[in-house]
Amino acid sequence: MLAAATEMTETVLSSGWFLENAWIIPIIPAISFALIIFFGKRMPKKGSEFGVASMLGALVFSAGAAYQWIQRVNGAAEGAYIAPIVKTWTWWQNDGVSLGIGQHVDGLTVTILLVVAFISSLVQIYSLEYLRGDRRYTHFFASLTLFSAGMLNMVVAENMIQLILGWEIMGLCSFMLIGHWWEEGANSRAALKAFFTTRTGDIGLLTGTAVLYFAANDWTTKTLGVSGFSIRGLSSWALSGDPSSAAITVGAVALFIAAIGKSGQFPLHTWLPDAMAGPTPVSSLLHSSTMVVAGVFLVARVYPVFFEGLDILGSGANFIVIIGGITIVIAALLAFVQTDIKKVLAYSTVSQLGYMMMGLGAGAWLPAVFHIFTHAFFKACLFLGAGSISHSSSHHSFEMKKDMGGLRKFMPITFTTWIISTLALCGVFPFSGFFSKDEIIDNVGHNGYNVFMIVGLTGAFLTAAYMTRATYLTFFGSPRGASAGEHHEEEGHGAHASHDDHAHDTHGHDAHASHDDHASHGPHESGWLITAPLIILATLALSSGFLNAAPFGHSWENFKKWVEPSAEVINPTGIAYVTGGAGEARISSDEPTEPVVGEEAQSGAPLAAASGEEDHSSEEGHHKSDCGTKTPVDGVCVAPQLNHAPFKWSKAGLSMLIVFAGMLSSWILCVQLYERKNKKLVGLTERNKALGAGYKFLVNKYYLDALYENVIVRSIAHPIARGAYWINQNILDGIVNGAGTSAKTVAGWVYRNVDQKLVDGAVNGSGNAAQAAGGALQPVQSGKVNMYGALLFGSAAIGALILVIINT
Amino acid sequence: MLLNQFLILGAVLFCIGVYGVIARKNAVMVLMSIELILNSVNINLLAFSLRNGSVDGHTFALYVIAVAAAEVGVGLAMVLLMYRNRRSIGLDELSEMKG
Repeated sequence: MLAAATEMTETVLSSGWFLENAWIIPIIPAISFALIIFFGKRMPKKGSEFGVASMLGALVFSAGAAYQWIQRVNGAAEGAYIAPIVKTWTWWQNDGVSLGIGQHVDGLTVTILLVVAFISSLVQIYSLEYLRGDRRYTHFFASLTLFSAGMLNMVVAENMIQLILGWEIMGLCSFMLIGHWWEEGANSRAALKAFFTTRTGDIGLLTGTAVLYFAANDWTTKTLGVSGFSIRGLSSWALSGDPSSAAITVGAVALFIAAIGKSGQFPLHTWLPDAMAGPTPVSSLLHSSTMVVAGVFLVARVYPVFFEGLDILGSGANFIVIIGGITIVIAALLAFVQTDIKKVLAYSTVSQLGYMMMGLGAGAWLPAVFHIFTHAFFKACLFLGAGSISHSSSHHSFEMKKDMGGLRKFMPITFTTWIISTLALCGVFPFSGFFSKDEIIDNVGHNGYNVFMIVGLTGAFLTAAYMTRATYLTFFGSPRGASAGEHHEEEGHGAHASHDDHAHDTHGHDAHASHDDHASHGPHESGWLITAPLIILATLALSSGFLNAAPFGHSWENFKKWVEPSAEVINPTGIAYVTGGAGEARISSDEPTEPVVGEEAQSGAPLAAASGEEDHSSEEGHHKSDCGTKTPVDGVCVAPQLNHAPFKWSKAGLSMLIVFAGMLSSWILCVQLYERKNKKLVGLTERNKALGAGYKFLVNKYYLDALYENVIVRSIAHPIARGAYWINQNILDGIVNGAGTSAKTVAGWVYRNVDQKLVDGAVNGSGNAAQAAGGALQPVQSGKVNMYGALLFGSAAIGALILVIINT
Repeated sequence: MLLNQFLILGAVLFCIGVYGVIARKNAVMVLMSIELILNSVNINLLAFSLRNGSVDGHTFALYVIAVAAAEVGVGLAMVLLMYRNRRSIGLDELSEMKG
């Protein structure tokens, strides 16, 4: 088949060893995880060397894959369909059902692979210093490495089952890492909350996968020869016009619920800020730059399913864009009332994830994916910066109001990297956030979602304002609390909700002494293991945007060229039998760059399965397909046709003005409020009823936690408990009592008639017999569990033996 | 046919499990042995399911795994309580049921 396909290929796409073997990338950290668990404690560096080495290895492999992917794209014609490099092995099969495991490598895959491997490497290096001397140092690195293995596995996943596997590994590692310091009750509660909240969403993932499998499997098997779990199968099925609207809509909604849970979208975002109870490197890696984008990645991965199922670019707003829009604004508002620097960043993450979702929901696929890319760098940098502050200056506290302030003089490197990343987050030209976030807002508007464009701009204003507030409280003004050299009383620590206090109870006495020693120096810059990752990330926060710098013209849009899948219609054989990437049949297209690709696929090759016509011929090309206006009668496509907004400086200038307005107003307010202690502003929330109510509403996080814990959990769990109690009291007890009463009656009769007259004589004899038997059996009732087990298995064996004898 | 190998593996696992249940004094080890026994049953289910070309055995095995998870949950809770009460999880010290 491969040879046949090669003959009809017009252009042979280049491939390479790293692309062909991208499946190795998740294996490296997985092996490393096993090594850390089994040998980590005996190693000189307590297992961290395995973790760092494996992540660097994964990084090299990912970089190789990315390089070769770029070669592959550059070698192909403009706008051509670049076949993903797919490999699959049978994982499980029976009764005609089979599951594969393998790799599906395309532009999106290599992007996220690179991001995950890169941030993981930096975070592990940073953790060498940050968690030095921690009680569960080895386990920390083990969990971190397993997390990376899970995420990388999800990214290369060839089918939905493999994706779920990686997804769940991440959920587990997230639980273990949030609860890393589980001795403190708040931490283990946060871990449980994160786990259960994301599990709530995961129900959607399982349901959605199952629904889509049963809806798509027939079509994909017939047309493409792949199962209904396959990602390329689902993508092309969704765009083929075959799916019934009910099935695909249910599937898409269910999958999106999973994305809501994992990516902290409204209304399941409540776990993410609490997840900041974990060590800061964890917050940086899992809960800002990589794991939480898993939901966004899921939507981007099987985008055609959402595109068709939720009618993206159709009339009116869809589910994804609404959720994304709500998330942007509510999370940004919540960031204003936080005093904990990590919580500000957490809400900021939620808000940025909202941007990505909104972008995806509005057909801005590429800007959203690009935002994953840039956001990972600057948000990881911000979190690691916050960790650096707490590690070296604020005595392991994250309270901005109590323990920070004026740190710019003491921590020049942290300060500079923080400012760069903040500007990137706010989307200031020419920092990376500008190129991604502005593109999202721009495209959302361009695709007709005007309301959501305004939401995006509002979000940009709020982002600028809350980041200015956080920066002001942390780096400007005068040092307060711990950073002013004050030492907390031990009982004071309990007051801090999220507080990396590993140094206090986990260090040995020697370590503790040296720790006190370094704290007494007052605030200072962190060591190079911490600052080096910060500098690298800040450099990328500054420069990564230029990979897709739309303002400078088409030739700068490299990311778009490399990552965006082509909507070109191809022959089904092209995606069905790709094994090495070199042999897909591409059907030539006349005008690939036109927004609407109108050509019918000119099939030069027989279909993989002759049944392709059966599906389509009856409908004569009337059904809608988003590959173009006309149905791909005998071809399929794997990506919908999307438009890109032309870049206009006027629009960019407007959003820039909004961002600067946000910064300026926030700065003025902060100076008035915190520096001058302006009488009009201080305590305003206590004096003004409306503002006070709003403040209280925000501090209580819109009462969503109260809703979940007090209303939903209670309304479900308590009636069940009460019902069970009622059944126990009335029904079971009734039965027992009734049985007792009737037994008593019967017993009375028996006593008078049978017992007294008949049995008495026999009783004495049997009593003696029973006593003898009891005495003989008494040793059996030894109270030893093992012996009971032995008796159980022994008698079962005898029983089995008897059964065998009888049956033969 | 691979069936024999599967069945032998299952039998070996089962025997190890039974040995663990009978010989081990540590409650956690006994729980782990019970897991081995359950999994040997699963292997048998899967072996026959593959042989018969039906997914029923797989389904059943998944069900067993779910029940086993619940069982371990209860078991570990009991071990924990045992440990809290008597600072030991040795089963040989638990002889209140002696008749």
